[in-house]
Amino acid sequence: MTDPMNSESSYRPSPSRKPMAIAAIAVLVVAFGYLAYGGVEENLVYFLTPNELVAKGAKAVDRPVRLGGQVVPGSVQWNADALDLRFRVTDGSREVVVHSSGAPPQMFRAGIGVVVEGKYTRAGVFESHSLMVKHSNEYRAPVAGENHPDRLDKTLIRSSGA
Amino acid sequence: MIRILGLAAVWVALGMSVAGIIAAIWGLTRQRAPLVASAFQTVYVNFALLTIAVVAMVYALVTHDFSIGYVAQVGSRNTPTFYTVISLWGALEGSILFWGWVMAMYSAVVVWTNRHREGGLVPWASVALLTICLFFYILLVGPANPWHLVFPTPADGPGPNPLLQNHILMAIHPPLLYLGYVGMAVPFAFAVGALLAGEIHSDDWIKLTRRWTLSAWAFLSLAIIAGMWWSYEVLGWGGYWAWDPVENASFMPWLTATAFLHSAMVQERRGMLKLWNVNLIVSTFLLTILGTFLTRSGIVSSVHAFTTGTIGYYFLAFIALALVVSLVLVAGNSEGLRSEGHLDAAASRETVFLFNNLFLTGFTFVVVLGTLFPLVAEAFKGVKVTVGAPFFNKMTIPICVALLFLMGVGPSLPWKATSREHLRKMFILPAAVAIGIVVLALVLGMRDVYGMLAFAFAGFAIVCNTREYVIGVQARRRAHGEMIPVAFVRLVAANRRRYGGYLAHMGIITVAAAITASSSFRFEREATLKPGQSMPVKGDLSVRLKTMWGKDEPQREVVGADVEILRGGKVVGLLDPRMNFYRSQDQPVPTPAVRSRPTGDVYINLMAYTPDGQSATLRVIIEPFVPWIWFGGLVVALGAVVSAWPARRRTV
Repeated sequence: MTDPMNSESSYRPSPSRKPMAIAAIAVLVVAFGYLAYGGVEENLVYFLTPNELVAKGAKAVDRPVRLGGQVVPGSVQWNADALDLRFRVTDGSREVVVHSSGAPPQMFRAGIGVVVEGKYTRAGVFESHSLMVKHSNEYRAPVAGENHPDRLDKTLIRSSGA
Repeated sequence: MIRILGLAAVWVALGMSVAGIIAAIWGLTRQRAPLVASAFQTVYVNFALLTIAVVAMVYALVTHDFSIGYVAQVGSRNTPTFYTVISLWGALEGSILFWGWVMAMYSAVVVWTNRHREGGLVPWASVALLTICLFFYILLVGPANPWHLVFPTPADGPGPNPLLQNHILMAIHPPLLYLGYVGMAVPFAFAVGALLAGEIHSDDWIKLTRRWTLSAWAFLSLAIIAGMWWSYEVLGWGGYWAWDPVENASFMPWLTATAFLHSAMVQERRGMLKLWNVNLIVSTFLLTILGTFLTRSGIVSSVHAFTTGTIGYYFLAFIALALVVSLVLVAGNSEGLRSEGHLDAAASRETVFLFNNLFLTGFTFVVVLGTLFPLVAEAFKGVKVTVGAPFFNKMTIPICVALLFLMGVGPSLPWKATSREHLRKMFILPAAVAIGIVVLALVLGMRDVYGMLAFAFAGFAIVCNTREYVIGVQARRRAHGEMIPVAFVRLVAANRRRYGGYLAHMGIITVAAAITASSSFRFEREATLKPGQSMPVKGDLSVRLKTMWGKDEPQREVVGADVEILRGGKVVGLLDPRMNFYRSQDQPVPTPAVRSRPTGDVYINLMAYTPDGQSATLRVIIEPFVPWIWFGGLVVALGAVVSAWPARRRTV
C-alpha cells in the first residue's frame, strides 16, 4: 500500500514536476490495469457441459468450473448421516461423476437439471462446493388436485391444526 | 377504463416534456422569461401526471384488473394485499413506471426549490431533467408498456416472483434504491446545466450539487445495506454479498458518488479538480443507467434475453447519447474547468483526498471490469464465463484496507500544509491502537494479514474520527465553559457538514469491521436430525430439532422446523426456519431463521426434509458481529442527514 506521507515526488506543484507526476500516475494506472486483467483471467469460472469438460481434459483440472446438465437416473447415492452425496451429470453424450458434501436442495432428484460449481480433479471426479437446481421462473398454471411429490404430506399440515 | 387513464397520463407527460424542453431552450436562447417559466410548469405537471399513472396502476393491481398486461403478469388473487401493492416494482414494466415517477418527483422538487435562482443554471438543468424523464416515458409507451391490453381477460394471474413476496424488506429496499439511483440524475442535470449556462467556473453550482448528491448517496447507502440484509434474510446461504452483477450495479455509482463527495470539497476549498468532478458526476449518472440496463435487460443472467426484448437497445442508445453530450460539453468548457489552485504539500488533506479518489476510482474500475467481462467474453470469444468472487476479493480487499487507513488520516490532517510536530501529535495514539490490535489479533491466533490490517486500520480510523469530536468539544468547553452534551450538540450544529462526515466515516468503519469479523470467524455445520435429536455446533452451543410442521396459506404451503437453541444443555431460544412452496413456482423459497445478539447471529436454514416429517437437514451458521453491519449502515445515513441538513433557511 502506498503511504501518502512518502509520495512527495509525485505531487509537487512546480511545473517541471508536473509531467513526472502524470507519468507516475499513468504507470500506476497501467500496472493496476494489468494486475486487474490478470486477476480476471485467473478467476474466470467457465460454464461447461459434461462433454466440454471431458473434451478439455487436463486443461480443465483444478480450475473453477460451473458444470450444467441433468442428474442421471439411478446414479444418486446419498448418505444422510455423513452428508455425503455422489451422482452423475449428463448432457446426453457424456457423463461426469460429481461428489459433494452437504445436503442437496429439497428439489434435487434424478432427471432434474442442475448446475454444480467446483473443480474437476485428476481422479475424474467433479468436487462440487455448491449445487443448484436449475429452476424455471416460468409460470405454470396450478393443476387441480395436483400433489407435488416434495410438498409436505397433508397429514403433517392437518396434524399441525392449520 | 383505468388502463386508458394510466396510459393517457404517460402519453400526455411525454408530450408535456417535449413541449417543456422546447420552451426552455427557446426561452433561454431568445431571453424570454415567460417561456422558461412555462417550462418549469411542465415539470410540475409531469409529476402530477406520473402520480396519476402510478396511482392508477396500484389501483389496477389491488382490484385485480387482469385485462392490464402488468397486472396479468404479476398479480394474483391469492397474494396478500401488501405484496400486491409493492409488486408495483416487482417486474420490469412496473419498475420503469415507478422509476419514471421518482424521476418526475425529483425534477419537480429540484425546479421548485430553485425556481428563483438567477441565471441559466436551473432552466438548463430542467432541460436535462425533462430529457431524462422523456427517455423513461418513451420506454413506458414503447418496450416497457405496462398497460397493454390482455384479451381474453384471464381469471387469475401467477402472482409476483416468490422471492419478492417473502420479506418485508422488499417494501423498503427497492424504493430506497430508486431514490438513490434516480437521485444521481440531479447532480448530472446540474452539471449539464452549469456547462450549458456557462456557469461551470463558479463554485455556486458545486455547492448546490453536493447537497443533492449527498441525499441521493444517503438513500443509495441505505438501499445497499437493506439489499444485503434482504439477501441475508431471504436467500438462505447465510451471506450478504456475492459480487453478483445486480449487487455490483448498485455499488458502482455509490463508489463514484463517494469519490465526488470528497473531491467536491477540494474544489470548494482550493479551486482544484474541477474537470475531475464533472467527470465523476457524469460517470455516476452513466453507471446508474448502465446498472439499470444490466439488471433490467436480462443481459447478465443470460445474453439471450437480449434478442427477445428490445429495451436493452434503448438503454444503450441513451447511454451513448448522454456520454456524447457530456463529452462535447466538457470539451467546450475546458477553459472554465481549469484548476485555480495547486497542491502545496504532500502531507495535507487535499493529498489524502486525491488518494481517496484514486483508490475509489480503482475500486470502481475493478467492479466494472469484473461485471462486464463476462459480456465481453461471450460477445467476442463465444465462451460462457462468470468472474468469481475470489477476483473481486483479491482486488478490492487491499483497496478497502487502504481506504480505512485514509479515513483516519484525512480528518487528522489540515488543509494546505502541516508540520512534523503536528503529525507526531496526531498519530501517536491511533498508531498505538492499531499496533495494539495487531498484537492482540496475533495472540488470539489470527493469521490473515488483510483481516488483521483491516481491524488495525479500523481501530486507527475510529480513534482519529472520534478524536475530532473530542478536540472540538474540549475547545468549546474552554472557550464557552459549556457542559459536555451542550458543547457536543452546538459543535455539531455549527459544523454540520464536517461532523456529519465524521459520523458517516464511523458508520463505514463499523460496516467494514463487521464484514471483516463475520467473514473471518464464520462457522457452519450441517446435519440431518430426527425430532428430539440434537447436534453440537460450536463451544457449548447446540441445537435440537423439536418438531416439524406444515401450514396451508392461500398463496403457498409452508413447511417449518421448530429448532431449540441450547447453551450448556439449557434451552435459550427457539427458531423456526421454513421452506415455502408457492403455487406458481416449482422451486421452494427458504425462510431462514435468525437469532441476533450484538456479538453475532445464529442462523438456521432448513435445507431438506422427509415428507413424513421424521427428519430434517439443518444448516446452522454462526455469524459473528453481523448485526453491526446493519447498525453501521444506519450510522452512515444519520451522518449524511446531519451533513446535508440545511444550516439555516435561505431567504431569497
